[in-house]
Amino acid sequence: MSTHTAEPGHEPVDLNDPRLSRFDIVREGARRDDIEIVHYEPQVVPGSKAERRLVRTVAAMFLLTGVAATAFLVIYIWWPWEYEPGRGGDKLYTPLLGVTLGIALLGIGFGILTWGKKLLPKEVSIQDRHEGVVSSDDRLITGETMTYMADELGVKRRPLLGVSLLAGLAPVGAVVAAPLVGGLISQPHKNNQMFTTGFAPRDGQKIRLIREDGRPIRPADISAGGQITVFPGVEHGVSNKYADSPTLLIHLRDADAEESRRNNEREGHGDYMWGNYAAYSKICTHAGCPASLYEQQTNRLLCPCHQSQFLITDNAKPVFGPASRRLPQLPIEVDAEGYFVARSDYTETVGPDFWERP
Amino acid sequence: MKRRKFDVAAVPGNTARAVDDRFQVATPLRRLLNKVFPDHWSFLLGEIALFSFIVLLLTGVFLTFFFEPSMTEVIYNGSYAPLRGTPMSAAYASSLDISFDVRGGLIMRQMHHWAALLFMAAIVVHMLRIFFTGAFRKPRETNWIIGSLLFWVGFLAGFTGYSLPDDGLSGTGLRIASAIMLSIPVIGSWVTTSIFGGEFPGTIIISRFFIAHVLLIPALLVALISVHLGLVFKQKHTQWPGPGRTNGNVVGERMFPRYAIKQGGFFMVVFGVIALMGGLFQINPIWLFGPYEAWVVSAASQPDWYVMFLDGSTRLMPDWEIFIPIGDGYVIPPLFWPTVVLPGILVGLSTLYPFLEARYLKDYRSHNLLQRPRDVPFRTGLGAMAITFYVILTLSGANDVIADKFHISLNAMTWAGRIGLLILPPIAYYVTYRLCLGLQQHDREVLAHGVETGIIRRLPDGRFVEVHQPLSAPDEHGHGELPYAGWVVPKKMNRLGALGPAVRGFFYPIEKPAEAPVSPGHPPVEPRAERAEIGSGEKQS
Repeated sequence: MSTHTAEPGHEPVDLNDPRLSRFDIVREGARRDDIEIVHYEPQVVPGSKAERRLVRTVAAMFLLTGVAATAFLVIYIWWPWEYEPGRGGDKLYTPLLGVTLGIALLGIGFGILTWGKKLLPKEVSIQDRHEGVVSSDDRLITGETMTYMADELGVKRRPLLGVSLLAGLAPVGAVVAAPLVGGLISQPHKNNQMFTTGFAPRDGQKIRLIREDGRPIRPADISAGGQITVFPGVEHGVSNKYADSPTLLIHLRDADAEESRRNNEREGHGDYMWGNYAAYSKICTHAGCPASLYEQQTNRLLCPCHQSQFLITDNAKPVFGPASRRLPQLPIEVDAEGYFVARSDYTETVGPDFWERP
Repeated sequence: MKRRKFDVAAVPGNTARAVDDRFQVATPLRRLLNKVFPDHWSFLLGEIALFSFIVLLLTGVFLTFFFEPSMTEVIYNGSYAPLRGTPMSAAYASSLDISFDVRGGLIMRQMHHWAALLFMAAIVVHMLRIFFTGAFRKPRETNWIIGSLLFWVGFLAGFTGYSLPDDGLSGTGLRIASAIMLSIPVIGSWVTTSIFGGEFPGTIIISRFFIAHVLLIPALLVALISVHLGLVFKQKHTQWPGPGRTNGNVVGERMFPRYAIKQGGFFMVVFGVIALMGGLFQINPIWLFGPYEAWVVSAASQPDWYVMFLDGSTRLMPDWEIFIPIGDGYVIPPLFWPTVVLPGILVGLSTLYPFLEARYLKDYRSHNLLQRPRDVPFRTGLGAMAITFYVILTLSGANDVIADKFHISLNAMTWAGRIGLLILPPIAYYVTYRLCLGLQQHDREVLAHGVETGIIRRLPDGRFVEVHQPLSAPDEHGHGELPYAGWVVPKKMNRLGALGPAVRGFFYPIEKPAEAPVSPGHPPVEPRAERAEIGSGEKQS
């Protein structure tokens, strides 16, 4: 195929003319779609060294795809893939699959791209957009047709039809929405669930504080300056069923405990601590993440999600970050057997804030 | 009866005739094959999103065969020894099984995740291209709106998918999502309990997210993408200004053969890159995070990158709680502003932008020619402002990691983010605006005075001047001013053909260098004998 450049002003072409080349027919087809192929230039001379080289390159890429795909299958089937602890060959299974699959796909991709970009003729075609030449006749006809249809329906002359149709359809819309909304909707304050935790006493029985493994806790179990995550000693207490209940039990040092007690008394929480022990909700009042990073030196509790910081020695009030409310404190004491129990449920709402919280 | 000979060569023709007899496809097919597409590398950014989406569908279908969307508690007993015997949800256990006990499951999971990240990234970069070149202007406002919606629907798709494995990290994300819903004034607690089927976490959220993630959201995405592409097709692609290019035509290549072939090749390349990433780069190693437990979280818990800007805005928000003293009192928590109001404003601003700009410029014409960013300084400045805003929020979403790695105070990082968010975007606007004006001015200067040749001439009075090569024949005053055409102005001599074309071939020349004109101002130079084959194209003796 040779270079073609457009000649201005063309005659209508007789497609049955046997002298026409195939490209002439293609060009005529393009013209019928208002496309002018103004430039069409082969990039390689048929039979030239450059062409042979490109053909070899593309063929090599396709063959590389074949090799890589075969390798993928071989690895998929025969490579040891089951997980073994340690540094076994199974750790290479996924990387090898990725490399072979990637090479296979890249080979075919670049092969096709090279074929299209280097071996096919370059062209410049110009197509008319036909924008703004929307036939005003068509607009008029379509507009009139629609108005005519409205006229024929006669909603203006027969207003009762329109009104009754709307009145009839409105509840149908509600019928569509009702099962969805009705099925999903759930009363947030059922059993007062947003304001209670697993520490609420049951049948007058105070709830023990337990560890993650379910054992109750004695004061001697935590050294001064230490802290431990505790859960309500009820069934499923250590599970996401009581997602609001996880609590941090902290054994404060003497001076810190003294300060903490003083600040507690100021807030009317004078008896919430037991000895040097204080328990605060672990659920951040900002977005509900566990505020779990406790810095012993400053007695600050940091929530790793949004960096709210709470000062434990001052009623866990927020001192930095986006949290606006202190962590609720759990009133604790030690029962007759010497284990920590919650004297009552939390007296403030646990977890992230919401509209009707106070 | 004589048996008719079967003519193999006639089969395609006969089949085509039979199909056309029944469906009359010849004319529409010709139009399709002939459709002209303009070409520029930046027009392919959206394709990356499209191709990533196809990979997402393929790998996602595979994952559904093995994933169990249930929060029923099971005891893990799979191959991954460190977690054996741990109670966990069936969703997490089946995600672990996909990673360890399904042959090739891990690469599928990782390809799915990487494709999702790439999908969102391609959407964002594509959107920036559209914005900075003014491709959203009339008649393409609808497609701009659909594109912005695609980002947010993709965001939802990503978040629901990220939550499905029910691992320690995604569960924490889910808890934050529930807190965000809770923070909505008046209806917050109703919304949350309705979606979670009770108090967080409940037992139903994973199955609800599952059906949203595999059916509802993909259906919406497919619908939006179809309309998006349909509109591109109907309205035809925009093009850069250039020779022969007007607002009323499209200059480029016909769809077949070259354009379609390049698309096909590009799809395979995108697919291949995702496969390489899925195999080589670990992503979301859920087995390290453990099952979700409401009391466990570690530092450096970051969401996927496209969620980080919301995480950042949440971190930077001051603790401003609004208390409404009616009855027992009501509160609007600080969480509400950065996570509900801010995205709302962003959606509103981005969808309305084409109309706001048209109104501001009083420009209600149709535009099919793109603009260079420098030619519309205020828009480019606004874009730079938006990028700065977004980048600060995204970085703040990782401010604890930055603070840790660079030994900076965490509180200082937060304050830097708060102040930076207010100060840096306007500075970015100003700097960008001035840069655009400077670039514009340089273009005009070259058009008026010509290209710098690098040749310094000493005048008789001792001054030195640089010789400029004018771009057009000078008039009687020695000036040849060309109008600016909205496209790249040549600024180097080799752009004017002053140097010969480069010799082709990477290691050795595959062709004789073409005869090239001698650079003005240079005498012809004899080539060095040993370098003759790969010379610069200077005239050879």
